[in-house]
Amino acid sequence: MRKAFVQTLIRLARQDDRIILLTGDLGFMALEPFADEFPKRFFNVGVAEQNMLGLASGLAKDGYIPYVYSIAPFCVLRPLEFIRNGPIYHRLPVRIVGIGAGFDYGNNGLTHYGIDDIGSLRCQPGIHIISPCDYQQAETAFLRTWDIPEPVYYRLSKDDTTIVQGLDGRFVLGGAHVLRPPAQVGILALGTMSSDALKISDLLEQQQLSCGVVAVASVSPPPVEDLTEFMCKTGTIFTLENHYITGGLGSLAAEIIAEKKLDCRLVRCGVEALPNGRTGNTESLHIKSGIDPHSMVKRILQELKSAT
Amino acid sequence: MCAIYGTLLRASGPKDSLRDYFVLSKGHAALALYASLFLKGWLTRNQLNSYCDENSLLGVHPEHELSGVEWSTGSLGQGLPVASGLALASRLKNNDRKVYALLSDAECNEGSVWEAAMFAGHHKLSNLTVIVDWNGQQALGKTSTILNQLNLVERWAAFGWDAVEVDGHDLAALCSSAAKIGTKPKVLLAKTIFGKGVSFMENQIKWHYLPLSELDYHAAMEELGGGV
Repeated sequence: MRKAFVQTLIRLARQDDRIILLTGDLGFMALEPFADEFPKRFFNVGVAEQNMLGLASGLAKDGYIPYVYSIAPFCVLRPLEFIRNGPIYHRLPVRIVGIGAGFDYGNNGLTHYGIDDIGSLRCQPGIHIISPCDYQQAETAFLRTWDIPEPVYYRLSKDDTTIVQGLDGRFVLGGAHVLRPPAQVGILALGTMSSDALKISDLLEQQQLSCGVVAVASVSPPPVEDLTEFMCKTGTIFTLENHYITGGLGSLAAEIIAEKKLDCRLVRCGVEALPNGRTGNTESLHIKSGIDPHSMVKRILQELKSAT
Repeated sequence: MCAIYGTLLRASGPKDSLRDYFVLSKGHAALALYASLFLKGWLTRNQLNSYCDENSLLGVHPEHELSGVEWSTGSLGQGLPVASGLALASRLKNNDRKVYALLSDAECNEGSVWEAAMFAGHHKLSNLTVIVDWNGQQALGKTSTILNQLNLVERWAAFGWDAVEVDGHDLAALCSSAAKIGTKPKVLLAKTIFGKGVSFMENQIKWHYLPLSELDYHAAMEELGGGV
């Protein structure tokens, strides 16, 4: 989604000179087109993410729309208190662009994983959290949200090519998108996990089990109505996320089910254990966490069996 | 605060769109800010007297919802990065706005202060002026025994700033040092005495915390020659 981000930002920056891009010394082979076209509106602030968020806050207070870019934990967890006391508390249009949703940086280890970014921000009122499902939707999300007054966190994947079938680049802030209609079983998928959710649904279909799928990109504001409508027509809900099962989409679904008194069962599938230091690519880390399509099919069938 | 609000800050009012900005990075000195805003005519006496009352905007730390407060602070090390962003914005807009920030010496324990100092030094944000309240004390004791603030002047200079040591109680010296025009961001390391002018308070750590009794208040005001 880096290409979509940079290309869309360039388009926006051509029409609005309030847009500034700051990076914490990351974005090689990604941010150069923006830096080349807008050298005076591009700042590599160095490896100093707290200052980057402070600078962005000051720029936004004086009327700019600053985008700050880094790997997800570096621009969310490291400067979290700056985000809270700065753009959130002062209600300023700072855009935080975190690359590396979930296990994108597989071989780089826990320090680089974006598996607790949503949980860290979701408890804060006043910041939008968007985890796009594919690059087309990312583009729409950027175009829909670039000039809203509140801060936004964009949780981007390194994947520049995968397209979620049936999504067609649609994005609604506070909405979710039903890709397969509700059935006995349904999956709520976070961001890029949506394409895996479709694979799981296909595999279950081969075993004569219909499985609904909802793609969730807008985590905050939460798509309460869309999820309620889907979940109230589903027997067992599985949330699927490249994030710890606490604080992310699983927790959001649990809150909605409890508060709306929905008559469905919830199984939260995501990262449950602290990574053990063994390296691996994204796919193998999904397998370890049991969130790859084959593990998920097994788990869904098992859960259904144990429930009957 | 006297130097900033009495002399340095150019602003016809708290909403003046061309005003200079002041960020009180050491937010725990909010009382001094409220007094300054009152003397400036930007706060009413009623507002001033509402300090820490239920539902008042005048709390222990400054809140931006209060007209005249540019930035909510309280967590140390966050004001200078924001002030640097404000100074950068003015540079981009090519206007002559000046940005001031007041830090404490113990606040310089925070790494983020030096992140911002590096940035402002590198980008030569000459429209940014910092005053460090160098009183040698922090929450649990003297900085010399907790984290020694050795060579503060040299440290700031090494980060690309025009750094000068001044007597923080010498208003004229503060103002003239701040007014000097240079090509780098400027920091005044203002040597101060904690509780200056009140004999029983000077350099006494407990007054970082304790409220004044009625008796203490009268004694202090008498020593300051302010009457009651």
